Amino acid sequence: MPDDRDILLDVRDLHVKFVSRERTVHAVNGVSFELERGEVLGILGESGSGKSVTLRSIQKLLPPRNAVLSGSIWLDGEDVLTMPRKQLAELRGSDVSMIFQEPATAFDPVYTIGDQICETIVHHEGISQSEARARALELLELVRIPSAKQRLDTYPHEMSGGMRQRAMIALALSCRPKLLLADEPTTALDATVQIQVLLLLAQLQEELGLSIIFVTHDVGVAIEVSSRLAVMYGGQIVETGPLAEVVQSPVHPYTQGLLASTIHSASRGHRLEAIPGSPPNLEAPPTKCTFAPRCPYVEAACTAAVPQLEPLSDHRAVRCIRSEVGQASAAFAGN
Amino acid sequence: MPAINSQNANTETPQRPLLQVQNLRKYFSTKRALPAFGESPPVRAVDGISFDVQKGETLGVVGESGCGKSTMARLLIRLIDPDEGTVILDGKTIGGPGGLPIREMRSRVQMVFQDSYASLNPRLPIEESIAFGPISAGVPHDEANERAIAILAKVGLEPRLFVHRYPHELSGGQRQRVNIARALALDPRLLILDEAVSALDKSVEAQVLNLLSDLRKQLDLTYIFISHDLNVVRYISDKVMVMYLGEIVEIGDVEQVYEDPRHPYTKALLMAQPTMDPNRRTKEAPITGDPPNPIRPPSGCRFHTRCPFAEPVCAEKVPPLIRDGEGTRRVACHLWQEKSGHSKAGSDMAKELSYAG
Repeated sequence: MPDDRDILLDVRDLHVKFVSRERTVHAVNGVSFELERGEVLGILGESGSGKSVTLRSIQKLLPPRNAVLSGSIWLDGEDVLTMPRKQLAELRGSDVSMIFQEPATAFDPVYTIGDQICETIVHHEGISQSEARARALELLELVRIPSAKQRLDTYPHEMSGGMRQRAMIALALSCRPKLLLADEPTTALDATVQIQVLLLLAQLQEELGLSIIFVTHDVGVAIEVSSRLAVMYGGQIVETGPLAEVVQSPVHPYTQGLLASTIHSASRGHRLEAIPGSPPNLEAPPTKCTFAPRCPYVEAACTAAVPQLEPLSDHRAVRCIRSEVGQASAAFAGN
Repeated sequence: MPAINSQNANTETPQRPLLQVQNLRKYFSTKRALPAFGESPPVRAVDGISFDVQKGETLGVVGESGCGKSTMARLLIRLIDPDEGTVILDGKTIGGPGGLPIREMRSRVQMVFQDSYASLNPRLPIEESIAFGPISAGVPHDEANERAIAILAKVGLEPRLFVHRYPHELSGGQRQRVNIARALALDPRLLILDEAVSALDKSVEAQVLNLLSDLRKQLDLTYIFISHDLNVVRYISDKVMVMYLGEIVEIGDVEQVYEDPRHPYTKALLMAQPTMDPNRRTKEAPITGDPPNPIRPPSGCRFHTRCPFAEPVCAEKVPPLIRDGEGTRRVACHLWQEKSGHSKAGSDMAKELSYAG
């Protein structure tokens, strides 16, 4: 493949395990992906799939005492994992920023929204308070907070959930990040507010050409924002590709099962095709396909070794020994 | 599906609703730190709602946070006492002098909560958790334990493997099955499921929904299914009730409401659902802003502050929840009530109004 792509982030063979006296959890087991500038990658997975840990690794936001990371995360030519602490502190909030699920706990309750945005800008860019305040106002207007000027002086608890999440997006964008990480940012919001925030993110992405990694467990949310999708299971990416291709002709049996068990308007009156069993316990590193115990197509080769993430085409890759068969059957079903 | 309903209705004549709720109201007082600041207005959590649930049907309840759906559930099972209103179960008024005692009501109405872990005693093995209800209702120990084992099998957990386990040894999906088993141990008629599948992963959620469908048929149960997930409610319910700031804005057969929503809030809620089709992404949000605070709800129609079709009358008059055309649907909106004072009132004009996008 001719490489004229503009790669912003290159994650190579990332492993993360959490070690405590009682047990070890192998949360991420060999995740590799690239992110092009201006791309929105949706990482879709259920709880315990390693999606949030992968995202936090990019800012190295994991407890240093018991998180063991290996592999490499190249951001614009520099490896985040080997970066000195001071440089890492500079990176967080400026080049790479994050929006969290619960804005009420992400903000400091005793400072106003304006103060918190200004603090970040002054710290990273060393400009004056008044310049920073002007920028903070622009940012609140950018995220379409009504009467932004008054809102600068409000405390987080005085805002509604949707407004707080907009303010958090403003904070995340305050130092013009190269990469925006979003960890389930709309999960705690009401339905009518969630769609507003999703559309805001999509608009900002287009206006500012943002590169975003968006982690979610909700297929519908992933469809609304992503251009490319990576599906995670048991700490590994099991399928990745352009959004429409993955959603319309999933190849990995887990992706197929996840989409089939997601309830939509046409489900009524039909029995749901639930995936039997429950997600793997990750106390040992995988020695076989992590989905094998729940997979309807399991065969001997699935439990002999860990399948590799094999390319299907230029843009798609699947971690399943049946991937070619799967592609054929999915294509058949798609017609 | 209406077909199932009408069958039930035919076999049980004369038809009497299993549950009748009349003018149920609950305000929570918000106390100030110092009495000198005076009395502050209460949270109007549930503000005078009335509805019926027929035997064998599933009533879905949807609405955003603060709309009162969970308070309503807690009022029905009397975890909290209503300020006003009556609840009639199978023809008998619950509580009060001469009414059905609360204890007895609780053997016929049971509830499953969202947090599967917090709702089980961490120090009781599964078997004891399930047998606890029957024992406290006077069933001998041995019989209660036998019942627990039989119910575990019914909810799809192999009794041999699970009776002696503790809640922390189970996965979320398994724990929720235990909670369902415990709720069924007293052989209830009505099960209230308050966000019972919301905390589960999608693949596990589907398993539990299939289980609930099976149990309903096997045990002839009636469900009140509360959820913020409209797709799940559509899947499992026969009827749906849409709540906004403590009031019912629309209630009716689920397909009718989903296919042809009348109340602007119901429309907005449905349109706000993320799409499942990558080629048809949402372009514009149906309504802006957040739901208002239920401490000082807007006057008149509580939705008028966010409603794109609102007119002065909407801020002045409270629209009654009245039957709309043929069928059982009821809507509380001036648009759909002739001579309400809204310039577009009357069905033909109202039908043409729709959201952009």
